[in-house]
Amino acid sequence: MAPLVPSQAELDRRRLIDINLETVSNIPSTDFPGHWPGESHEWNLEKFRNEFNVEFHRNERFESSFSLVGLDASIANAFRRIVMAEVPSVAIEFVFVHNNTSVIQDEVLAQRLGLIPLKGSVDGINWMRWFKKATEDEPEGSEPADYNTIVLRLDIECTKNPNADPTETDPRKLYKNAHVYARDITFHPVGRQEQFFTGEDAIQPVNPDILIAKLRPGQKIDLEMHCIKGIGADHAKFSPVATATYRLLPDIQILRPILGEDAKKFAKCFPKGVIGLESVSQEDAAKQGSGYEGHEGETKAVVRDAFNDTVSRECLRHEEFQGKVKLGRVRDHFIFNIESTGQFESDVLFLESVKVLKLKCARWKRGLADLMR
Amino acid sequence: MSREAYQVPSSLGGQTAFDSGASSLDGPMVAYLCGECNARVSLKRGDQIRCKECGHRVLYKERTKRMVQFEAR
Repeated sequence: MAPLVPSQAELDRRRLIDINLETVSNIPSTDFPGHWPGESHEWNLEKFRNEFNVEFHRNERFESSFSLVGLDASIANAFRRIVMAEVPSVAIEFVFVHNNTSVIQDEVLAQRLGLIPLKGSVDGINWMRWFKKATEDEPEGSEPADYNTIVLRLDIECTKNPNADPTETDPRKLYKNAHVYARDITFHPVGRQEQFFTGEDAIQPVNPDILIAKLRPGQKIDLEMHCIKGIGADHAKFSPVATATYRLLPDIQILRPILGEDAKKFAKCFPKGVIGLESVSQEDAAKQGSGYEGHEGETKAVVRDAFNDTVSRECLRHEEFQGKVKLGRVRDHFIFNIESTGQFESDVLFLESVKVLKLKCARWKRGLADLMR
Repeated sequence: MSREAYQVPSSLGGQTAFDSGASSLDGPMVAYLCGECNARVSLKRGDQIRCKECGHRVLYKERTKRMVQFEAR
């Protein structure tokens, strides 16, 4: 028996998540075998290839926004989680304090330093290998070497500024080095690092203006930092993204005409540009059963760009729009937004997450093959 | 052990890292910082606890010269 094929209207209904006044319904996806009697929902590579679609909305160096259409939520969420927690990046891990007479305690200072995002030659960072820490099970950790550790130093002392105006009250002018910024961190390449991290590509903080500590004359900080590669699952400082989020494409359907003053009010319920105002054309008015009969020339509300809607549901609160509008979200249209901390470019980060997921699948497949043996 | 019974370890029993070099027979010299004028004050055992510059009676120990390792997390 040939599998049943549902009507287009039914397929459209299944593709939408309904957003009601106080509830959200039709949430779970049902496109898997055995859910709809008689229908075939076999996963098919050819079908996926034809239906899957990627569209970029914005692709700046450190922030990109793009849509993945035709994907299950589980896969989209896997990418989001991997990009946050499993794509490696370099951060300060060990702090060796030689001297710190500032008011900020050593351990607090170390923690602050760890969170500073670093940048440098991407080739160099990709060339770097893991630094294996000694654990109880494996007391044999890796030795610091040029391929796993980057050495940074921070050596700064606050002094009085002899040229300062005696009436000056700003400590930054009164003293030298009253504020310690991320830009005061110096990079000390070792071995092959000198070839990778030269000039502009040297390891340095992404944001030179991060305030690390405040000093007063006579106080000094002298410390050495070792940076290693790590993943966000281990500590958030290793996460290569500031934010990595997705949302579903909003969907607005005007079921019955919204005219005149109501249309203006309706447009105000949404962000700018989402709802447009047009005048009812002759054709609209001529169409029987459209609800526009006899309203030629009046303003009507039309959906112009649902993409920018925040789905605030404001329109559902008003009496006059009751039953005239239906809000929803498209189940398989994921609008990703990935903002890099500055070590990698944001579109590269997403591709890295795909690579990581592929590796995981390969490992899983190998595990299954071992089970069968 | 009461405070009076405590004996500063003599330099004969192994030179400790805390000795600031100039140690006489009756104990090592330890450098302190005055709490009032921030002057360096070197004291030995039995010395009056008092800043030689300003006479302030609160002295602070200097920070260790040893390197301290921390994990940045």
